[in-house]
Amino acid sequence: MNPETLRQPIIEFLNASYRLPGGQVLLKNLNLTATSGETLVLLGRSGAGKTTALKLINRLLDPTNGEVRVDGRSTVDWDPIELRRHIGYVIQETGLFPHYTVEQNVAVVPRLESWPAERTRTRVAELLALVGLDPGGFARRYPHELSGGQRQRVGVARALAADPPILLMDEPFGALDPLTRSEVHREFQSLEQRLKKTIVIVTHDIGEALLLGNRIALLKSGELAGIYSPKEFLRSGEPSASEYVARIRALESFEESK
Amino acid sequence: MNLAQFFVRHGDEILQATLEHIWLVGAAMLLAIAIGVPLGILVTRRPWLSKPILGTANIAETIPSLALFGFLLPVPWLGDRSDRLAIVALTLYALLPIIRNTSAGISGVDPAIREAARGMGMTPRQILFRVELPLSLSTVLAGVRVATVLTIGVATIAAAVGAGGLGEFIFRGLAMVNDQLILAGAIPAALLALSADFLLSVVERRLRPAR
Repeated sequence: MNPETLRQPIIEFLNASYRLPGGQVLLKNLNLTATSGETLVLLGRSGAGKTTALKLINRLLDPTNGEVRVDGRSTVDWDPIELRRHIGYVIQETGLFPHYTVEQNVAVVPRLESWPAERTRTRVAELLALVGLDPGGFARRYPHELSGGQRQRVGVARALAADPPILLMDEPFGALDPLTRSEVHREFQSLEQRLKKTIVIVTHDIGEALLLGNRIALLKSGELAGIYSPKEFLRSGEPSASEYVARIRALESFEESK
Repeated sequence: MNLAQFFVRHGDEILQATLEHIWLVGAAMLLAIAIGVPLGILVTRRPWLSKPILGTANIAETIPSLALFGFLLPVPWLGDRSDRLAIVALTLYALLPIIRNTSAGISGVDPAIREAARGMGMTPRQILFRVELPLSLSTVLAGVRVATVLTIGVATIAAAVGAGGLGEFIFRGLAMVNDQLILAGAIPAALLALSADFLLSVVERRLRPAR
């Protein structure tokens, strides 16, 4: 891939705002672009508008002002069903269908797209292997028979099933314990490099943002407070960044003192 | 003549009445499901319809059953055939639990699951048939079970308008002050209710989604 196509804007927020019918503004005049192949992290506390921004991309919400473009076309001009099948969507583990096996969960979009059964089966096995689950052992299990980390991997596999060029992830690793979390993070990093998809991740975890993002968009009460590379973010003097750095330093000095 | 001998001697008639009873209840339940489940779904889609629909079903439920049969008697077409009338009355009784449980089951589906379904590009119809209904099936069935047991009891009143069923024995027994006749209707009706309850609860448990 040459640098030209790398910079192609895939998702663009143009003065996008979202206001609840009651008048409360969840997102105010957001201008932000995610380019082809990058991982953009939307970082912020709860209520900062990150999930709202994410839902504007796959048209779970329509902007009340401004617009959001996907592949150069305003989301309101897309057929919502077509748009969503073009975009993988991962939410916290609860998003798996409890009445479907792992295999059926991963096969949801291929089946909606009426793929032939054989192609679906091959694809499911391929994806389970990709996210580090043995297809033989897991395909026929139900979500409640899996650990949190395993469910998370199934969620990622399901979102990737029809090979969408865009992947949206809403606090995807939020429900995992710290150890599983860092394990899944490492795996996801290597997945990121192999997949070359445009990824938008919502998180309130600075460590996660630094680890997974190429760029970090910091949101504060519905407004964009800054866009940084992970390195810039650490040096930004942003209070939450300084706090994080201080925490890491404290941890390091604790390690050294042992 | 003791009760056992009575049951043996009148076995054919009791069986006949039981079959009539099953026909009345079965037909009413099929109708009630065919009407109640879509109404229950509608209530979740158009919340403002919730009050009028559930309210009407509630009122039908509170009318004393004997009176309801009586009210329907002069209605044209309905009053022409007594079993037709009985089935319609029983259907009205069975509606409320079915509507209520269908809407409760669908509203009870985890919003995160519904959102995941939407986010993956399922159409509203696909979400309903592939996600919401399968996940609320056991709740819907619990409503069907309650309605069936209720209807089996109320169906004994159908004999009052000449629709047959096990109520025949009960009404005849009351008129003749004959306990055996009353029991010939009441015992099979109770057994019918118990076995319907048991069978449907087995199915319901099988359909309950794992957590």
